[in-house]
Amino acid sequence: MNEFAFGLSLLLPELVVLSGLCVLLLLDLWISPSRRGITHFLALLTLAFAALLTLREFHVPGEVGKAFGGMFLRDAMSDGLKTALYLLTGAVFVYGRGYLAERGLWKGEFYVLVLAALLGMMALTSAGNLLAVYLGLELMALSSYALVAFDRDAPKSSEAAIKYFVLGALASGLMLYGMSMLYGASGSLDLASIRQAALDGSASPELLRLGTVFLIAGIAFKFGAAPFHTWLPDVYQGSPSAITLFVGSLPKVAAFAMAYRLLEGGLSPLLEFWRPILIAIAMLSLSLGNVVALAQSNLKRMLAYSNMLHVGFILIGLSSGTTYGYASAMVYTLFYTVAAAGAFGTIVVLSARGFEAERIEDYRGLARRAPWHAFLMMLLMASLAGFPPLFGFFAKILILKAVIGAELIEVAVFALIFAVVGAFYYLRIVKLMFFDEPAEERIPAPAADPAVRFALSVNALIQLLALFAWGPLLAFSLATFS
Amino acid sequence: MNYELVLFYALGGLMLAAAVGVISVRNPVHAVLLLVLAFFTAACLWLLAGAEFLAVALVLVYVGAVMVLFLFVVMMLDVRIEPLRAGFIRYLPLGLFVAALMALEMLAVVTVKGVGDRVAEADPALATGVSNTEWVGRALFTDYLYPFELAGVILTVAIVAAIVLTLRRREGVRKQDPARQVMVRRTDRIRLVKMPAETAREEKG
Repeated sequence: MNEFAFGLSLLLPELVVLSGLCVLLLLDLWISPSRRGITHFLALLTLAFAALLTLREFHVPGEVGKAFGGMFLRDAMSDGLKTALYLLTGAVFVYGRGYLAERGLWKGEFYVLVLAALLGMMALTSAGNLLAVYLGLELMALSSYALVAFDRDAPKSSEAAIKYFVLGALASGLMLYGMSMLYGASGSLDLASIRQAALDGSASPELLRLGTVFLIAGIAFKFGAAPFHTWLPDVYQGSPSAITLFVGSLPKVAAFAMAYRLLEGGLSPLLEFWRPILIAIAMLSLSLGNVVALAQSNLKRMLAYSNMLHVGFILIGLSSGTTYGYASAMVYTLFYTVAAAGAFGTIVVLSARGFEAERIEDYRGLARRAPWHAFLMMLLMASLAGFPPLFGFFAKILILKAVIGAELIEVAVFALIFAVVGAFYYLRIVKLMFFDEPAEERIPAPAADPAVRFALSVNALIQLLALFAWGPLLAFSLATFS
Repeated sequence: MNYELVLFYALGGLMLAAAVGVISVRNPVHAVLLLVLAFFTAACLWLLAGAEFLAVALVLVYVGAVMVLFLFVVMMLDVRIEPLRAGFIRYLPLGLFVAALMALEMLAVVTVKGVGDRVAEADPALATGVSNTEWVGRALFTDYLYPFELAGVILTVAIVAAIVLTLRRREGVRKQDPARQVMVRRTDRIRLVKMPAETAREEKG
């Protein structure tokens, strides 16, 4: 049996990330702390190499590569999402460097754990089997728990990590229970076989439904959707901002991929059953998250609650169960993760030694102190709020169009109302930055690293460029899911 | 009702009882011991299903190693458990009600149709004519190589995370470094200082 029987060549990007991780783990022991830049550079190189390998054999829509008997799928969606994951991980590395170094947290293990989480997310986006879904999820989650506790001497960090860990373990348990139900019903762990069994009626529909409920609970937890959101604000606030940047953006991409693989790949015959559940979760998220976000004084907490608004949109996009619905949900996920990475990135960049730019008050009069950063932040906030020429606007329109296409008009109206509510707290930040007097206390100037400045500018300007790019992006997504 | 089926239900009932015991007894040591019982009964169930390798591995790894470690940890921790349990009785009726409801739902769902015939499905190991151990080994390193490797990465992450969160390099602690002790040279240990011979006259001055 040679290696090609497994289709190893399809896994080259994963293998590169895994080898990079192992090399960094060992090499970092011999690199003195003053030369940690080497680790940083090698981690970025690993990402670039993996991206190169993914793009070189980019699977066009309709082309599906299978490895390990269908456990690993490589298609246009997985390749597209992985490319986004590499870019976002690179952004986490670039933004986080200065922040972590100032707090004595700049260690080689940061890169190892982030790359391990990335590997887990890559496994999730390519999962064709319940085992692969579960293990990818655990790999991502375990690395995230450790990252949240990275500032181990800060009580707030440890508290956040414990909460995240306990609730995450519970969610994993729920998910595993649901998977065991699906296995019991269909006799297979392979998602395509489960779908087949559900279609031809050989699987007990009651068991399938029971399993679906638990799977959706797990998906909602990873998204941070309403009844499973309680970990979100504390984890966002408690972890160091550079880690919040990671936890608050990338896992949503993986959660979207997981939801698609499970719901469409495995359980699409049960669409009529899971659609109302997703809609209920989405509506709860839209209303609850928005209202609580209005009352926050901490920017990280506010972004945590507003995450629920965007997750609500992604979930209603998924719930339509149509090609257009999945495509719009993917575009929205990409928009949201990029915008969230930019917003948390701004928090990271504006923080300095002994100063965390995480209170909303800290942004008062930012336009005077750092006009360029204020401008970028304004773009991000306006885009998240969904203002016309920006990415967020198009993403929201696509979702609404998909929902209306699936004849769920009242859901679309509901989402629209809460999108308007959401605009309020985003605009409050813009108002504080541009129209209010700076606070009396002296606030240190943002870090002046040109690489960081460049990355942040690109990240925020994507929101504007989307004016030209959303068409091709939508076309790609539509082709992917058709 | 043949013998295996009676045994299956007896063991299953015992395992469930033990699992309930784990979360309801007051004494943490008893809880760990009941967990051992639950694992052991699960191993017996696997044995009944013909998966002897997995059964032995469960006993060796979980009962033999993991649970003993648990016992050590529980015995070393001096946790005041009573305050934690104070609300238990108060919430018990509600908890029981919800649990009974969930159990009823599951029963209703599971007994509707066609679970029993899945259990009796042909054993894949028997079908290929090799022993169970050999079949598990082959499956693990061929069909399930990908999840197996992923699990390996998870274990690596676990150890990296454990070390990064607990390893501390304390300053000012005196410790031995055998490598440096072996490498030592004469000049590191003793410094010969040349001094002029003392005379009586200098002492006076």
